[in-house]
Amino acid sequence: MAWETVIGLEIHAQLATRSKIFSGASTAYGAPPNTQACAVDLGLPGVLPVLNAEVVRMAAKFGLATHSTVARRSVFARKNYFYPDLPKGYQISQFELPVVQSGHLDIDLEDGTSKRIGITRAHLEEDAGKSLHEDFHGETGIDLNRAGTPLLEIVSEPDLRSAGEAVAYMKKIHTLVRYLEICDGNMQEGSFRCDANVSVRPVGQEAYGTRAEIKNINSFRFVERAINFEVERQIELLEGGATVVQETRLYDADRQETRPMRSKEEANDYRYFPDPDLLPLELDAAFIDAVAATLPELPDARRDRFSHDYGLSRYDAGVLTASRELADFFEQTVENAGGEGKLSANWVMGELAGRLNKEGREITASPVSPALLGGLLRRISDGTISGKIAKQVFEAIWAGEGDADTIIERKGLKQITDSGAIEQSVRDVLAANPGQVEQYKGGQEKLLGFFVGQVMKVTQGKANPGEVNKILKRLLLE
Amino acid sequence: MSVDKEAVGRIAHLARLGVEETEHDNYARNLSAILSFVEQLDSVDTSGVAPMAHPLDASQRLRPDEVTETDRREQFQAIAPRVEAGLYLVPKVIE
Amino acid sequence: MFQKTISELSAGLRSGEFSCEELTECFLARVERYDGQLNSLVTLTRDSALAAARAADQRFKTGEVTPLTGIPYLHKDIFCTEGVRTSCGSRMLDNFIAPYDATVTQKLKDAGAVMLGKTNMDEFAMGSSNETSFYGPVRNPWDRERVPGGSSGGSAAAVAARLAPLATGTDTGGSIRQPAALCGVTGIKPTYGRVSRYGMIAFASSLDQAGAFAASAADAARLLQAMAGYDPRDSTSIDRPLEDYSAALEEDLRGLKIGLPKEYFGAGLDTGVADAVAAAVQSLTHLGAEVKDISLPNAALSVPAYYVVAPAECSSNLSRMDGVRFGYRCDNPRDLEDLYVRSRGEGFGAEVKRRILIGTYALSAGYYDAYYLKAQQVRRLIRDDFVRAFSEVDVILSPTAPAPAFRLGEKADDPVTMYLSDIYTIAVNLAGLPGMSVPAGFVGNLPVGMQLIGNYFDEGRLLNVAHRYQQVSDWHRQLPVGFEAV
Repeated sequence: MAWETVIGLEIHAQLATRSKIFSGASTAYGAPPNTQACAVDLGLPGVLPVLNAEVVRMAAKFGLATHSTVARRSVFARKNYFYPDLPKGYQISQFELPVVQSGHLDIDLEDGTSKRIGITRAHLEEDAGKSLHEDFHGETGIDLNRAGTPLLEIVSEPDLRSAGEAVAYMKKIHTLVRYLEICDGNMQEGSFRCDANVSVRPVGQEAYGTRAEIKNINSFRFVERAINFEVERQIELLEGGATVVQETRLYDADRQETRPMRSKEEANDYRYFPDPDLLPLELDAAFIDAVAATLPELPDARRDRFSHDYGLSRYDAGVLTASRELADFFEQTVENAGGEGKLSANWVMGELAGRLNKEGREITASPVSPALLGGLLRRISDGTISGKIAKQVFEAIWAGEGDADTIIERKGLKQITDSGAIEQSVRDVLAANPGQVEQYKGGQEKLLGFFVGQVMKVTQGKANPGEVNKILKRLLLE
Repeated sequence: MSVDKEAVGRIAHLARLGVEETEHDNYARNLSAILSFVEQLDSVDTSGVAPMAHPLDASQRLRPDEVTETDRREQFQAIAPRVEAGLYLVPKVIE
Repeated sequence: MFQKTISELSAGLRSGEFSCEELTECFLARVERYDGQLNSLVTLTRDSALAAARAADQRFKTGEVTPLTGIPYLHKDIFCTEGVRTSCGSRMLDNFIAPYDATVTQKLKDAGAVMLGKTNMDEFAMGSSNETSFYGPVRNPWDRERVPGGSSGGSAAAVAARLAPLATGTDTGGSIRQPAALCGVTGIKPTYGRVSRYGMIAFASSLDQAGAFAASAADAARLLQAMAGYDPRDSTSIDRPLEDYSAALEEDLRGLKIGLPKEYFGAGLDTGVADAVAAAVQSLTHLGAEVKDISLPNAALSVPAYYVVAPAECSSNLSRMDGVRFGYRCDNPRDLEDLYVRSRGEGFGAEVKRRILIGTYALSAGYYDAYYLKAQQVRRLIRDDFVRAFSEVDVILSPTAPAPAFRLGEKADDPVTMYLSDIYTIAVNLAGLPGMSVPAGFVGNLPVGMQLIGNYFDEGRLLNVAHRYQQVSDWHRQLPVGFEAV
């Protein structure tokens, strides 16, 4: 039987605020345990939550960027359950009336087409703390620094049909939240993670199959592997005549498999109700307009503009706009290179990307700045140096030896364009190789390459290759 | 609505509330009495009435995104039943 | 000295007739002498009280004083007090020394008031008799075999016996007004949102509101003035200028329209209480007020609505009491489940457990709509009744409680009967309105309270009506027998 996979993702994006969603404690990552957990985060008796304005602005930004409705009125609710990393015994979240409702996002598929994925909702909630399972004499240690960190939970429609589509969607959201500067996207630190609802059904069947929820997946690779494992597991079950149980499963990255979560074995009854410590969140048109005014150019629009303005392929424009930092780098390079879009694209995606990749550096940590790279590209386009010499200059810039002009000057790499000087070198080469000149004149025209090579050797690569060719041809006819 | 012993056990578990087995009957009786008292609410028609979660018609105020809290772990953990290395300790949690 | 008004005490301190330290010693001595009979305090803070008194004496020298500087008060043990145990009447918090002050605590400290100690209360404010306290019941100073009312029973009893001139309280369904009535003192619960709830241990967050106990309305006005005001740390606190309550006291009552809701004078009302309240109404008409019969048709549903909403909220509010970060933790938990179940099972008393169970039930899958949502809808109907009534009258008047103080143990086994002792006070919390109880006579030896209900943010008017009434009555000046020695 042929099976169809149905996936919905719940992405948790930690919002990049300075302070927590309901308290004035810092959200900075990596502090010693419980040093950034204030009385509100610890759920001590009597203390009360007050909502962080920036969190609301960030959620509204996301809503506007995904063609969603930013709710004029939304409500915070308590989700009640007991767990040691949840200090109050309830999580403040949004239930019936989330702040962002019904939007969508288009993803690019491998076959070059694009697909629209529905965004059911995005709601604000507080993150929980962390349980540390290393052995404290058989006990678990609880660090509540993360408790109260603002989260935007972005819930997709079950529109995704493969692990590949799920990854493409997750990457697209990842790009978007960083463009919007609402999440740092750091997956190692857990700033961006997702739960996947996975089910399968026979092709052609309308009703969804029973789904499993895979919790806390924190890398694109794991999303793909976890979903593929889960799909195979479910198909195997169904084909073997068994049924899929609706349950919460955990992805074990070491074993590359999913397994049921023991702590979620019993069906939870979360007893949601409106949090009486918080009033309804009401946003007026002025607030939403003010947020709209702060929206940057979004990835899709930027890709289309790059493609149109710089004559780049849609694919290349897509690569260059995959992160805001890379796109900014590219545009600044173009500016410094005197508007050479195509040349800039080739260098940013080629030489620079390769070098960064080799050293495991991010674009933001590139030792070659857009100004330096643009300066180098200018010297290519104005003929000062050849592309080949440029690579040599690039290495020197990378090594911190200065800007392109300084390096070209100091190393004497300037291209010889003076035709008199080139002609002299050509004459010298021809004079030194009378045999080859005879053969050439006898019809072996492929020897032209040999002469070019010799001239370049004599000029240490600095001669303008076009000029060399022209002069060679002229003199060999003499 | 009457609540039986089993229901008391189920609710007590949801609330992680230790209730002696011998007390279940007593609580079941109390809870049933309270619930049947509460069922007077059914005497009034509330169709179309918006639920009122809050006494005042006010909306949520927003706080500027500023870090105002400092590290007070020492004071906070001085009142904690069990801590080690800055962590609160609980019996082993199995995920 | 212990029978002086706050304004007389303040004048005495200013003139140097006596010092804050002497005044504090006077009340500490009364607590030490009499509280053995009442059990109205759970913690006496003698040393810090004297230190605060000496600091107040210094303030008088520099002249930077407030109307409460140097005035002793008792603080309900529901307000967090940094460095002083805050037990909320529960074994669960018997070892909880708050690492911070409630906003109310901080404001009273800033005003220079002198905290003598913390008062006994029903466990987590759940009760109408003060019998649910982990520290044992409080006794009514008018009859030691009777309850003082609850949940702020310790505060009410202590002020009635003049162990302190002022005390704080909280009121979720009548927890200030009902004990004020049963103990013969003046108590006011302001509009929801008028006093910050920050650091006040939550029972039912959408109903809880702090307020004041005193011998008279004029004294209560001074305490409330210092407690009230906008607090950015409480999202439900209202940012609205604070009225000068003392300035409002002397307003003329001529033309004031008082509404008498027929539902609050019907079956179940003790005839002695009814007679006392009727006489008080007479006095008010002599002062120029006009009386009008009104109706609050959904009044009878307030108790059932309350016993869904309040337990639902409390079941969630009390989840943080889990034995992990503070408070009671059971010995040798077998596993995580056992830690929760036993810490909570051993830390909470029977009434708290009942309410957690009811609230958990009302919010659980399949019952939410029938109970919680229904109660919230009825709550709106109850509020709308009041809104309609206040389009016709300025103040609503009723008995505070249907009967005078009942005997210890009398209702302890019957929760529903106990809940009905708050039948006249609960609707006010559901609607979020201000209400107060004013001494209005006696049935035998037991005090009777008259309840005044105001429109939103009309606390000043309530205090004004009460003050004018107290100028023509002396019920509030009565002292129970056995507390006369200085």
